[in-house]
Amino acid sequence: MKGLLLTTLLFLIVLACYASPGTMNVQDVPWDEGKALNITWQTPADSIILQRADSLGVWQTIFSGPALPAAYSDRDLIPNKSYSYQLIAIGSADTDTLIVRASAKPREQWFYMHKLSFLIILVIVSLAILIYIQRARMGKEFYIRRISGLDSMEEAVGRATEKGKPILFVPGIGDLDDIQTIASLTILSQLAQRSAEYDTELIVPCRFSMVLSAAREVVKEAYLKVGKPDSYKEERIFYLTDDQFGYVAGIDGIMVREQPAANFFLGSFYAESLILAETGFSTGAIQTSGTAQASQLPFFVVSCDYTLIGEELFAASAYLSRDPQQLGSLKGHDFGKLLTIILILAGVITEIVGWHWFKAFFEGVQ
Amino acid sequence: MKRNLPLFFAFFCGLLVIVSEFIPHRPFSLMIDTLQEWFMIISGFAIILGQISLFQSNINKIKQKDSGWMFYLAGLISFILMLIVGMFWGTQETGGLFGHGTALQARLGMKPFDYLFEFAYMPLSSTMFSLLAFFIASAAYRAFIIRSFESNLLMLTAVIVILGRTSFGSMLTGWLPQGLRFWHLPNLSDFIMEYPNSAAQRAIMISAALGIIGSSLRIILGIERSYLGSDK
Repeated sequence: MKGLLLTTLLFLIVLACYASPGTMNVQDVPWDEGKALNITWQTPADSIILQRADSLGVWQTIFSGPALPAAYSDRDLIPNKSYSYQLIAIGSADTDTLIVRASAKPREQWFYMHKLSFLIILVIVSLAILIYIQRARMGKEFYIRRISGLDSMEEAVGRATEKGKPILFVPGIGDLDDIQTIASLTILSQLAQRSAEYDTELIVPCRFSMVLSAAREVVKEAYLKVGKPDSYKEERIFYLTDDQFGYVAGIDGIMVREQPAANFFLGSFYAESLILAETGFSTGAIQTSGTAQASQLPFFVVSCDYTLIGEELFAASAYLSRDPQQLGSLKGHDFGKLLTIILILAGVITEIVGWHWFKAFFEGVQ
Repeated sequence: MKRNLPLFFAFFCGLLVIVSEFIPHRPFSLMIDTLQEWFMIISGFAIILGQISLFQSNINKIKQKDSGWMFYLAGLISFILMLIVGMFWGTQETGGLFGHGTALQARLGMKPFDYLFEFAYMPLSSTMFSLLAFFIASAAYRAFIIRSFESNLLMLTAVIVILGRTSFGSMLTGWLPQGLRFWHLPNLSDFIMEYPNSAAQRAIMISAALGIIGSSLRIILGIERSYLGSDK
Protein backbone atom coordinates (compact mmCIF):
# COMPACT_ATOMS: atom_id res chain seq x y z
CA MET A 1 0.00 0.00 0.00
CA LYS A 2 2.79 2.35 1.03
CA GLY A 3 4.69 1.53 -2.14
CA LEU A 4 1.65 2.36 -4.24
CA LEU A 5 1.18 5.70 -2.49
CA LEU A 6 4.85 6.59 -2.95
CA THR A 7 4.73 5.69 -6.63
CA THR A 8 1.58 7.80 -7.12
CA LEU A 9 3.23 10.74 -5.33
CA LEU A 10 6.36 10.51 -7.48
CA PHE A 11 4.20 10.30 -10.61
CA LEU A 12 2.27 13.41 -9.57
CA ILE A 13 5.50 15.35 -8.91
CA VAL A 14 6.92 14.40 -12.29
CA LEU A 15 3.60 15.31 -13.94
CA ALA A 16 3.54 18.67 -12.15
CA CYS A 17 7.04 19.41 -13.39
CA TYR A 18 6.00 18.75 -16.96
CA ALA A 19 2.63 20.46 -16.61
CA SER A 20 4.19 23.77 -15.38
CA PRO A 21 7.42 24.12 -17.25
CA GLY A 22 7.80 27.83 -16.39
CA THR A 23 6.52 30.54 -14.05
CA MET A 24 7.36 34.21 -13.59
CA ASN A 25 6.76 36.44 -10.60
CA VAL A 26 7.03 40.24 -10.69
CA GLN A 27 7.11 42.05 -7.32
CA ASP A 28 7.61 45.59 -6.15
CA VAL A 29 10.93 46.17 -4.36
CA PRO A 30 9.94 46.86 -0.74
CA TRP A 31 10.86 50.06 1.14
CA ASP A 32 12.13 52.02 -1.83
CA GLU A 33 11.27 55.11 -3.88
CA GLY A 34 9.04 53.07 -6.25
CA LYS A 35 11.46 52.86 -9.15
CA ALA A 36 12.27 49.15 -9.18
CA LEU A 37 10.62 45.76 -9.65
CA ASN A 38 12.07 42.36 -8.81
CA ILE A 39 11.42 39.69 -11.43
CA THR A 40 11.97 36.04 -10.57
CA TRP A 41 11.26 32.96 -12.67
CA GLN A 42 11.35 29.20 -12.64
CA THR A 43 11.99 27.35 -15.83
CA PRO A 44 13.83 24.21 -16.88
CA ALA A 45 15.21 26.13 -19.90
CA ASP A 46 18.91 26.97 -20.09
CA SER A 47 18.51 30.48 -21.42
CA ILE A 48 15.79 33.10 -21.33
CA ILE A 49 14.81 36.42 -22.90
CA LEU A 50 13.09 38.92 -20.65
CA GLN A 51 11.05 41.66 -22.32
CA ARG A 52 9.13 44.68 -21.07
CA ALA A 53 6.23 46.31 -22.93
CA ASP A 54 6.92 49.93 -23.81
CA SER A 55 4.30 52.70 -23.84
CA LEU A 56 3.02 51.48 -27.26
CA GLY A 57 2.78 47.89 -26.07
CA VAL A 58 5.77 46.73 -28.11
CA TRP A 59 7.98 44.19 -26.32
CA GLN A 60 11.52 45.46 -25.71
CA THR A 61 14.25 43.07 -24.57
CA ILE A 62 15.75 44.09 -21.22
CA PHE A 63 17.68 40.92 -20.47
CA SER A 64 18.91 38.01 -22.51
CA GLY A 65 21.09 35.26 -21.17
CA PRO A 66 21.29 32.19 -18.94
CA ALA A 67 18.17 31.26 -16.95
CA LEU A 68 20.12 31.19 -13.69
CA PRO A 69 20.27 32.89 -11.16
CA ALA A 70 16.58 33.26 -12.09
CA ALA A 71 16.23 36.85 -10.87
CA TYR A 72 16.43 40.30 -12.42
CA SER A 73 15.90 43.75 -10.93
CA ASP A 74 14.38 46.29 -13.32
CA ARG A 75 15.37 49.79 -12.19
CA ASP A 76 14.74 53.44 -13.14
CA LEU A 77 11.00 52.88 -13.55
CA ILE A 78 8.23 55.43 -13.07
CA PRO A 79 6.48 55.04 -9.69
CA ASN A 80 2.84 53.86 -9.64
CA LYS A 81 2.85 52.91 -13.36
CA SER A 82 1.93 49.38 -14.36
CA TYR A 83 4.62 47.41 -16.23
CA SER A 84 4.10 44.21 -18.21
CA TYR A 85 6.83 41.63 -18.65
CA GLN A 86 7.21 38.66 -20.94
CA LEU A 87 9.57 35.78 -20.27
CA ILE A 88 10.62 33.69 -23.24
CA ALA A 89 12.17 30.43 -22.08
CA ILE A 90 14.09 29.09 -25.02
CA GLY A 91 13.73 25.34 -25.19
CA SER A 92 16.23 22.87 -26.61
CA ALA A 93 15.83 21.44 -30.13
CA ASP A 94 13.20 18.88 -29.06
CA THR A 95 11.13 21.11 -26.75
CA ASP A 96 8.90 24.09 -27.39
CA THR A 97 9.71 27.71 -26.59
CA LEU A 98 7.63 28.91 -23.67
CA ILE A 99 6.21 32.39 -23.12
CA VAL A 100 5.01 33.58 -19.67
CA ARG A 101 3.59 37.01 -18.95
CA ALA A 102 3.10 39.00 -15.74
CA SER A 103 2.69 42.61 -14.70
CA ALA A 104 3.16 44.72 -11.57
CA LYS A 105 3.31 48.30 -10.36
CA PRO A 106 6.31 49.79 -8.49
CA ARG A 107 5.04 51.68 -5.44
CA GLU A 108 6.64 54.48 -3.45
CA GLN A 109 7.08 53.69 0.23
CA TRP A 110 7.23 56.07 3.19
CA PHE A 111 10.44 54.81 4.73
CA TYR A 112 13.81 53.38 3.67
CA MET A 113 13.84 50.39 6.00
CA HIS A 114 17.53 49.67 5.33
CA LYS A 115 18.34 53.08 6.85
CA LEU A 116 16.59 52.32 10.15
CA SER A 117 19.86 51.66 12.02
CA PHE A 118 21.28 54.92 10.65
CA LEU A 119 18.18 56.82 11.82
CA ILE A 120 18.35 55.29 15.30
CA ILE A 121 22.02 56.26 15.72
CA LEU A 122 21.35 59.75 14.32
CA VAL A 123 18.46 60.29 16.74
CA ILE A 124 20.44 59.04 19.76
CA VAL A 125 23.52 61.16 18.95
CA SER A 126 21.40 64.24 18.14
CA LEU A 127 19.44 63.82 21.40
CA ALA A 128 22.70 63.52 23.34
CA ILE A 129 24.02 66.72 21.70
CA LEU A 130 20.76 68.56 22.47
CA ILE A 131 20.78 67.37 26.10
CA TYR A 132 24.38 68.54 26.57
CA ILE A 133 23.56 71.90 24.94
CA GLN A 134 20.61 72.27 27.31
CA ARG A 135 22.79 71.42 30.30
CA ALA A 136 25.36 73.99 29.13
CA ARG A 137 22.57 76.59 28.90
CA MET A 138 21.68 75.82 32.50
CA GLY A 139 25.22 76.70 33.53
CA LYS A 140 26.94 73.32 33.63
CA GLU A 141 30.64 73.63 32.77
CA PHE A 142 32.26 70.94 30.65
CA TYR A 143 35.90 69.95 30.40
CA ILE A 144 37.14 70.05 26.78
CA ARG A 145 40.59 68.66 26.06
CA ARG A 146 43.17 71.02 24.61
CA ILE A 147 43.53 71.13 20.82
CA SER A 148 47.06 72.36 20.18
CA GLY A 149 46.29 73.18 16.54
CA LEU A 150 43.72 75.73 17.66
CA ASP A 151 45.74 77.03 20.61
CA SER A 152 48.47 77.82 18.08
CA MET A 153 46.27 80.39 16.33
CA GLU A 154 47.40 83.15 18.72
CA GLU A 155 51.02 82.13 18.22
CA ALA A 156 50.65 82.19 14.42
CA VAL A 157 48.95 85.59 14.38
CA GLY A 158 51.52 86.95 16.85
CA ARG A 159 54.38 85.73 14.72
CA ALA A 160 52.90 87.27 11.57
CA THR A 161 52.43 90.56 13.44
CA GLU A 162 56.02 90.54 14.72
CA LYS A 163 57.43 89.86 11.26
CA GLY A 164 55.08 92.33 9.58
CA LYS A 165 54.02 89.63 7.12
CA PRO A 166 50.49 88.60 6.12
CA ILE A 167 48.51 85.51 7.14
CA LEU A 168 47.31 83.19 4.38
CA PHE A 169 44.01 81.35 4.88
CA VAL A 170 42.99 78.69 2.35
CA PRO A 171 39.36 77.50 2.84
CA GLY A 172 39.91 74.26 0.90
CA ILE A 173 38.80 73.34 -2.58
CA GLY A 174 35.21 72.49 -1.70
CA ASP A 175 32.22 74.65 -2.55
CA LEU A 176 29.80 76.08 0.01
CA ASP A 177 27.72 72.87 -0.03
CA ASP A 178 30.60 71.05 1.67
CA ILE A 179 30.32 71.04 5.47
CA GLN A 180 34.13 71.21 5.72
CA THR A 181 34.08 74.56 3.90
CA ILE A 182 31.44 75.85 6.34
CA ALA A 183 33.57 74.66 9.28
CA SER A 184 36.54 76.40 7.67
CA LEU A 185 34.61 79.67 7.38
CA THR A 186 33.66 79.55 11.05
CA ILE A 187 37.38 79.31 11.91
CA LEU A 188 38.09 82.13 9.46
CA SER A 189 35.69 84.30 11.46
CA GLN A 190 37.75 83.77 14.64
CA LEU A 191 41.06 84.22 12.82
CA ALA A 192 39.88 87.43 11.15
CA GLN A 193 38.96 88.86 14.56
CA ARG A 194 42.44 88.18 15.87
CA SER A 195 44.16 89.52 12.74
CA ALA A 196 41.97 92.65 12.97
CA GLU A 197 42.95 93.12 16.62
CA TYR A 198 46.65 92.90 15.73
CA ASP A 199 46.26 94.83 12.44
CA THR A 200 47.77 91.96 10.51
CA GLU A 201 46.93 91.53 6.87
CA LEU A 202 44.81 88.49 5.99
CA ILE A 203 44.88 86.92 2.50
CA VAL A 204 42.02 84.57 1.52
CA PRO A 205 42.19 83.14 -2.02
CA CYS A 206 38.97 81.31 -2.95
CA ARG A 207 38.24 78.61 -5.51
CA PHE A 208 34.51 79.21 -5.82
CA SER A 209 32.51 82.42 -6.13
CA MET A 210 30.02 81.32 -3.47
CA VAL A 211 32.86 80.73 -1.01
CA LEU A 212 34.30 84.11 -1.99
CA SER A 213 31.12 86.01 -1.14
CA ALA A 214 30.67 84.07 2.14
CA ALA A 215 34.34 84.60 3.12
CA ARG A 216 34.10 88.33 2.42
CA GLU A 217 31.00 88.60 4.57
CA VAL A 218 32.61 86.62 7.40
CA VAL A 219 35.82 88.68 7.43
CA LYS A 220 33.99 91.99 7.08
CA GLU A 221 31.76 91.17 10.07
CA ALA A 222 34.79 90.07 12.10
CA TYR A 223 36.53 93.42 11.47
CA LEU A 224 33.32 95.25 12.37
CA LYS A 225 33.01 93.23 15.56
CA VAL A 226 36.41 94.32 16.86
CA GLY A 227 35.70 97.92 15.82
CA LYS A 228 38.15 98.13 12.94
CA PRO A 229 36.01 98.30 9.80
CA ASP A 230 38.57 100.60 8.10
CA SER A 231 41.26 97.91 8.29
CA TYR A 232 39.14 95.53 6.21
CA LYS A 233 40.52 95.12 2.70
CA GLU A 234 38.04 93.45 0.38
CA GLU A 235 40.61 92.98 -2.38
CA ARG A 236 42.65 90.63 -0.16
CA ILE A 237 39.80 88.10 -0.24
CA PHE A 238 39.67 87.21 -3.89
CA TYR A 239 38.73 84.59 -6.45
CA LEU A 240 41.55 82.70 -8.17
CA THR A 241 40.13 79.98 -10.40
CA ASP A 242 37.74 77.02 -10.33
CA ASP A 243 40.48 74.74 -11.64
CA GLN A 244 42.06 72.53 -8.95
CA PHE A 245 45.69 72.78 -10.03
CA GLY A 246 45.34 76.33 -11.30
CA TYR A 247 44.17 77.21 -7.79
CA VAL A 248 47.19 75.46 -6.27
CA ALA A 249 49.55 77.24 -8.68
CA GLY A 250 48.01 80.58 -7.71
CA ILE A 251 48.39 79.92 -3.96
CA ASP A 252 51.95 78.65 -4.41
CA GLY A 253 52.72 81.90 -6.23
CA ILE A 254 51.28 83.94 -3.34
CA MET A 255 53.33 81.96 -0.82
CA VAL A 256 56.54 82.43 -2.76
CA ARG A 257 56.02 86.11 -3.62
CA GLU A 258 54.40 87.45 -0.45
CA GLN A 259 56.06 85.04 2.03
CA PRO A 260 53.18 84.88 4.57
CA ALA A 261 54.37 84.25 8.13
CA ALA A 262 51.44 81.92 8.89
CA ASN A 263 49.50 79.59 6.61
CA PHE A 264 46.14 78.04 7.43
CA PHE A 265 44.88 75.18 5.23
CA LEU A 266 41.46 74.32 6.61
CA GLY A 267 38.66 72.61 4.73
CA SER A 268 38.31 70.00 2.06
CA PHE A 269 41.56 69.02 0.30
CA TYR A 270 42.49 66.37 -2.23
CA ALA A 271 45.63 65.78 -4.32
CA GLU A 272 46.81 69.36 -3.89
CA SER A 273 47.28 69.13 -0.10
CA LEU A 274 50.96 68.16 -0.21
CA ILE A 275 51.83 70.66 -2.95
CA LEU A 276 50.41 73.46 -0.81
CA ALA A 277 51.88 72.26 2.49
CA GLU A 278 55.36 71.60 1.09
CA THR A 279 55.54 74.98 -0.64
CA GLY A 280 54.46 76.62 2.62
CA PHE A 281 57.09 74.63 4.51
CA SER A 282 59.80 75.79 2.09
CA THR A 283 58.90 79.44 2.82
CA GLY A 284 59.36 78.86 6.57
CA ALA A 285 55.83 79.83 7.54
CA ILE A 286 54.14 78.46 10.65
CA GLN A 287 51.50 76.13 9.24
CA THR A 288 48.16 74.89 10.61
CA SER A 289 46.06 72.49 8.59
CA GLY A 290 42.84 70.60 9.09
CA THR A 291 40.64 68.34 7.04
CA ALA A 292 38.26 65.42 7.38
CA GLN A 293 39.75 63.72 4.31
CA ALA A 294 41.53 60.80 5.99
CA SER A 295 43.70 60.16 2.92
CA GLN A 296 45.18 63.69 2.98
CA LEU A 297 45.95 63.85 6.69
CA PRO A 298 49.37 62.12 6.50
CA PHE A 299 50.58 64.78 4.05
CA PHE A 300 49.49 67.58 6.33
CA VAL A 301 50.95 65.90 9.42
CA VAL A 302 54.35 65.65 7.73
CA SER A 303 54.48 69.18 6.34
CA CYS A 304 52.55 71.32 8.85
CA ASP A 305 53.31 72.36 12.40
CA TYR A 306 49.77 71.65 13.62
CA THR A 307 47.05 69.49 12.10
CA LEU A 308 43.37 69.33 13.02
CA ILE A 309 42.38 65.70 12.51
CA GLY A 310 38.84 64.86 11.43
CA GLU A 311 36.34 66.06 14.04
CA GLU A 312 38.76 68.68 15.44
CA LEU A 313 38.02 70.73 12.33
CA PHE A 314 34.32 70.72 13.19
CA ALA A 315 34.99 71.37 16.87
CA ALA A 316 37.21 74.36 16.12
CA SER A 317 34.52 77.01 16.06
CA ALA A 318 33.06 75.86 19.40
CA TYR A 319 36.53 75.55 20.92
CA LEU A 320 37.65 79.01 19.82
CA SER A 321 34.43 80.85 20.64
CA ARG A 322 34.23 79.27 24.14
CA ASP A 323 30.47 79.62 23.83
CA PRO A 324 29.05 77.26 26.52
CA GLN A 325 26.26 76.04 24.20
CA GLN A 326 28.69 75.09 21.48
CA LEU A 327 31.05 73.48 23.99
CA GLY A 328 28.09 71.46 25.23
CA SER A 329 27.60 70.09 21.74
CA LEU A 330 31.22 68.84 21.76
CA LYS A 331 30.33 66.67 24.75
CA GLY A 332 27.61 65.19 22.55
CA HIS A 333 30.33 64.13 20.08
CA ASP A 334 32.08 62.30 22.93
CA PHE A 335 28.86 60.47 23.73
CA GLY A 336 28.65 59.47 20.04
CA LYS A 337 32.17 58.05 20.26
CA LEU A 338 31.25 56.04 23.36
CA LEU A 339 28.18 54.70 21.58
CA THR A 340 30.30 53.71 18.56
CA ILE A 341 32.78 51.86 20.78
CA ILE A 342 29.93 49.98 22.50
CA LEU A 343 28.37 49.07 19.13
CA ILE A 344 31.70 47.85 17.74
CA LEU A 345 32.27 45.64 20.82
CA ALA A 346 28.69 44.36 20.65
CA GLY A 347 29.18 43.64 16.94
CA VAL A 348 32.34 41.64 17.59
CA ILE A 349 30.70 39.63 20.40
CA THR A 350 27.50 38.88 18.44
CA GLU A 351 29.51 37.77 15.39
CA ILE A 352 31.60 35.44 17.59
CA VAL A 353 28.44 34.03 19.20
CA GLY A 354 26.88 33.61 15.75
CA TRP A 355 24.07 36.19 15.98
CA HIS A 356 24.57 37.64 12.52
CA TRP A 357 21.31 39.67 12.61
CA PHE A 358 23.06 42.40 14.63
CA LYS A 359 25.68 43.05 11.93
CA ALA A 360 23.06 42.67 9.19
CA PHE A 361 20.84 45.29 10.89
CA PHE A 362 23.64 47.86 10.92
CA GLU A 363 24.69 46.99 7.39
CA GLY A 364 21.16 47.85 6.27
CA VAL A 365 20.31 44.44 4.89
CA GLN A 366 16.55 44.22 4.26
CA MET B 1 15.06 90.17 9.94
CA LYS B 2 18.34 90.30 8.00
CA ARG B 3 19.76 87.66 10.33
CA ASN B 4 16.59 85.69 11.10
CA LEU B 5 15.60 84.92 7.51
CA PRO B 6 18.85 83.06 6.62
CA LEU B 7 18.61 81.24 9.97
CA PHE B 8 15.06 80.17 9.16
CA PHE B 9 16.14 78.98 5.69
CA ALA B 10 19.06 77.06 7.19
CA PHE B 11 16.72 75.40 9.70
CA PHE B 12 14.03 74.61 7.12
CA CYS B 13 16.35 73.32 4.37
CA GLY B 14 18.48 71.37 6.87
CA LEU B 15 15.45 69.63 8.29
CA LEU B 16 14.08 68.94 4.81
CA VAL B 17 17.31 67.30 3.67
CA ILE B 18 17.45 65.09 6.78
CA VAL B 19 13.81 64.00 6.34
CA SER B 20 14.34 63.36 2.60
CA GLU B 21 17.20 61.03 3.44
CA PHE B 22 14.76 58.61 5.10
CA ILE B 23 11.53 59.05 3.12
CA PRO B 24 11.53 57.66 -0.43
CA HIS B 25 8.01 58.93 -1.20
CA ARG B 26 7.39 62.03 -3.32
CA PRO B 27 7.73 64.99 -2.77
CA PHE B 28 10.56 64.17 -0.33
CA SER B 29 12.43 61.94 -2.80
CA LEU B 30 12.72 64.91 -5.20
CA MET B 31 13.71 67.49 -2.55
CA ILE B 32 17.47 66.85 -2.48
CA ASP B 33 17.74 66.99 -6.29
CA THR B 34 15.64 70.16 -6.39
CA LEU B 35 17.75 71.86 -3.71
CA GLN B 36 20.92 70.85 -5.53
CA GLU B 37 19.55 72.34 -8.75
CA TRP B 38 18.78 75.58 -6.90
CA PHE B 39 22.34 75.60 -5.56
CA MET B 40 23.68 75.19 -9.11
CA ILE B 41 21.54 78.10 -10.34
CA ILE B 42 22.73 80.37 -7.51
CA SER B 43 26.35 79.24 -8.18
CA GLY B 44 25.87 80.16 -11.84
CA PHE B 45 24.98 83.71 -10.91
CA ALA B 46 27.77 83.87 -8.34
CA ILE B 47 30.35 83.10 -11.07
CA ILE B 48 29.95 86.71 -12.20
CA LEU B 49 31.11 87.83 -8.75
CA GLY B 50 34.20 85.68 -9.13
CA GLN B 51 35.02 87.07 -12.56
CA ILE B 52 34.63 90.65 -11.31
CA SER B 53 36.94 89.85 -8.38
CA LEU B 54 39.45 88.26 -10.77
CA PHE B 55 39.53 91.33 -13.01
CA GLN B 56 39.66 93.82 -10.13
CA SER B 57 42.52 92.14 -8.26
CA ASN B 58 44.60 91.53 -11.41
CA ILE B 59 44.09 95.00 -12.89
CA ASN B 60 45.03 96.63 -9.57
CA LYS B 61 48.25 94.64 -9.40
CA ILE B 62 49.13 95.48 -13.02
CA LYS B 63 48.39 99.17 -12.42
CA GLN B 64 50.52 99.28 -9.29
CA LYS B 65 53.30 97.32 -11.03
CA ASP B 66 53.42 94.81 -8.17
CA SER B 67 56.24 92.27 -8.20
CA GLY B 68 55.52 89.77 -10.98
CA TRP B 69 52.86 92.00 -12.52
CA MET B 70 53.50 90.44 -15.93
CA PHE B 71 52.14 87.12 -14.60
CA TYR B 72 48.87 88.81 -13.70
CA LEU B 73 48.80 90.29 -17.20
CA ALA B 74 49.43 86.86 -18.72
CA GLY B 75 46.60 85.47 -16.59
CA LEU B 76 44.18 88.15 -17.77
CA ILE B 77 45.18 87.75 -21.44
CA SER B 78 44.71 83.96 -21.19
CA PHE B 79 41.30 84.44 -19.61
CA ILE B 80 40.15 86.88 -22.30
CA LEU B 81 41.56 84.72 -25.09
CA MET B 82 39.74 81.59 -23.92
CA LEU B 83 36.54 83.59 -23.44
CA ILE B 84 36.72 85.05 -26.98
CA VAL B 85 37.51 81.79 -28.82
CA GLY B 86 34.86 79.98 -26.78
CA MET B 87 32.23 82.62 -27.55
CA PHE B 88 33.09 82.93 -31.25
CA TRP B 89 33.46 79.31 -32.28
CA GLY B 90 32.13 77.31 -29.32
CA THR B 91 33.53 74.14 -27.80
CA GLN B 92 33.34 70.53 -28.98
CA GLU B 93 29.83 69.99 -30.47
CA THR B 94 28.46 73.37 -29.36
CA GLY B 95 28.67 76.17 -31.88
CA GLY B 96 29.58 79.80 -31.08
CA LEU B 97 28.51 83.20 -32.38
CA PHE B 98 30.36 82.57 -35.68
CA GLY B 99 29.28 78.95 -36.01
CA HIS B 100 31.79 76.10 -35.73
CA GLY B 101 34.78 77.84 -37.40
CA THR B 102 35.22 75.13 -40.05
CA ALA B 103 38.23 76.83 -41.67
CA LEU B 104 40.00 77.16 -38.31
CA GLN B 105 39.09 73.60 -37.41
CA ALA B 106 40.64 72.36 -40.68
CA ARG B 107 43.82 74.28 -39.90
CA LEU B 108 44.16 73.33 -36.20
CA GLY B 109 42.56 69.90 -36.32
CA MET B 110 39.97 70.97 -33.73
CA LYS B 111 38.14 74.05 -32.50
CA PRO B 112 40.40 76.88 -31.23
CA PHE B 113 39.03 76.56 -27.66
CA ASP B 114 39.62 72.80 -27.65
CA TYR B 115 43.07 73.33 -29.20
CA LEU B 116 44.09 75.72 -26.42
CA PHE B 117 42.56 73.44 -23.81
CA GLU B 118 44.37 70.40 -25.15
CA PHE B 119 47.79 71.93 -25.86
CA ALA B 120 48.09 74.78 -23.34
CA TYR B 121 45.83 74.14 -20.37
CA MET B 122 46.29 70.36 -20.06
CA PRO B 123 50.13 70.38 -20.10
CA LEU B 124 50.17 73.20 -17.52
CA SER B 125 47.75 71.35 -15.27
CA SER B 126 49.72 68.10 -15.63
CA THR B 127 52.94 69.95 -14.79
CA MET B 128 51.41 71.19 -11.55
CA PHE B 129 50.17 67.71 -10.67
CA SER B 130 53.53 66.11 -11.47
CA LEU B 131 55.21 68.33 -8.85
CA LEU B 132 53.52 66.06 -6.35
CA ALA B 133 56.08 63.31 -7.02
CA PHE B 134 58.97 65.54 -5.89
CA PHE B 135 57.06 66.85 -2.90
CA ILE B 136 56.23 63.30 -1.81
CA ALA B 137 59.95 62.49 -1.87
CA SER B 138 60.92 65.53 0.22
CA ALA B 139 58.05 65.01 2.68
CA ALA B 140 58.84 61.30 3.01
CA TYR B 141 62.49 62.10 3.72
CA ARG B 142 61.47 64.37 6.61
CA ALA B 143 58.85 61.95 7.92
CA PHE B 144 61.28 59.04 8.02
CA ILE B 145 64.10 60.77 9.92
CA ILE B 146 64.52 58.68 13.06
CA ARG B 147 64.18 60.94 16.12
CA SER B 148 62.03 59.01 18.54
CA PHE B 149 60.55 55.57 19.12
CA GLU B 150 57.41 56.53 17.18
CA SER B 151 59.35 57.81 14.17
CA ASN B 152 61.41 54.61 14.33
CA LEU B 153 58.22 52.57 14.10
CA LEU B 154 56.97 54.76 11.24
CA MET B 155 60.21 54.27 9.35
CA LEU B 156 60.09 50.50 9.84
CA THR B 157 56.46 50.28 8.71
CA ALA B 158 57.15 52.47 5.69
CA VAL B 159 60.12 50.32 4.64
CA ILE B 160 57.99 47.16 4.87
CA VAL B 161 55.11 48.70 2.89
CA ILE B 162 57.38 50.23 0.22
CA LEU B 163 59.39 47.02 -0.23
CA GLY B 164 56.24 44.90 -0.13
CA ARG B 165 54.83 46.82 -3.08
CA THR B 166 57.89 46.20 -5.28
CA SER B 167 59.18 43.11 -7.03
CA PHE B 168 62.47 43.53 -5.11
CA GLY B 169 60.60 43.03 -1.81
CA SER B 170 58.94 39.97 -3.22
CA MET B 171 62.32 38.59 -4.27
CA LEU B 172 63.91 39.31 -0.87
CA THR B 173 61.56 37.04 1.09
CA GLY B 174 60.44 34.74 -1.72
CA TRP B 175 62.51 31.89 -0.27
CA LEU B 176 60.52 31.74 2.99
CA PRO B 177 58.83 28.34 3.58
CA GLN B 178 55.03 27.99 3.44
CA GLY B 179 54.69 28.11 7.24
CA LEU B 180 56.31 31.56 7.35
CA ARG B 181 54.37 33.07 4.41
CA PHE B 182 52.93 35.75 6.70
CA TRP B 183 56.43 37.29 6.92
CA HIS B 184 56.73 37.41 3.14
CA LEU B 185 57.04 41.18 2.49
CA PRO B 186 54.06 41.56 0.08
CA ASN B 187 51.84 39.67 2.58
CA LEU B 188 53.13 41.73 5.50
CA SER B 189 52.56 44.92 3.51
CA ASP B 190 48.99 43.85 2.66
CA PHE B 191 48.34 43.05 6.33
CA ILE B 192 49.56 46.50 7.45
CA MET B 193 47.41 48.25 4.85
CA GLU B 194 44.34 46.11 5.45
CA TYR B 195 44.20 46.03 9.26
CA PRO B 196 46.15 48.68 11.25
CA ASN B 197 45.89 51.28 8.45
CA SER B 198 42.20 50.67 7.78
CA ALA B 199 41.41 50.71 11.50
CA ALA B 200 43.10 54.10 11.97
CA GLN B 201 41.41 55.55 8.88
CA ARG B 202 38.00 54.31 9.99
CA ALA B 203 38.48 55.80 13.45
CA ILE B 204 39.17 59.18 11.82
CA MET B 205 36.19 58.81 9.50
CA ILE B 206 33.80 57.85 12.34
CA SER B 207 34.93 60.78 14.47
CA ALA B 208 34.62 63.12 11.45
CA ALA B 209 31.08 61.83 10.85
CA LEU B 210 30.18 62.58 14.49
CA GLY B 211 31.73 66.03 14.07
CA ILE B 212 29.59 66.57 10.96
CA ILE B 213 26.42 65.58 12.87
CA GLY B 214 27.26 68.00 15.68
CA SER B 215 28.29 70.80 13.34
CA SER B 216 25.17 70.38 11.19
CA LEU B 217 22.94 70.34 14.24
CA ARG B 218 24.52 73.56 15.54
CA ILE B 219 23.95 75.22 12.15
CA ILE B 220 20.36 73.92 11.78
CA LEU B 221 19.45 75.07 15.28
CA GLY B 222 21.11 78.46 14.77
CA ILE B 223 23.63 77.98 17.59
CA GLU B 224 26.52 78.26 15.12
CA ARG B 225 26.12 81.48 13.14
CA SER B 226 29.61 82.69 12.33
CA TYR B 227 29.35 81.30 8.76
CA LEU B 228 26.70 83.98 8.18
CA GLY B 229 29.20 86.67 9.04
CA SER B 230 28.07 87.43 12.57
CA ASP B 231 27.28 85.30 15.60
CA LYS B 232 24.76 87.74 17.01
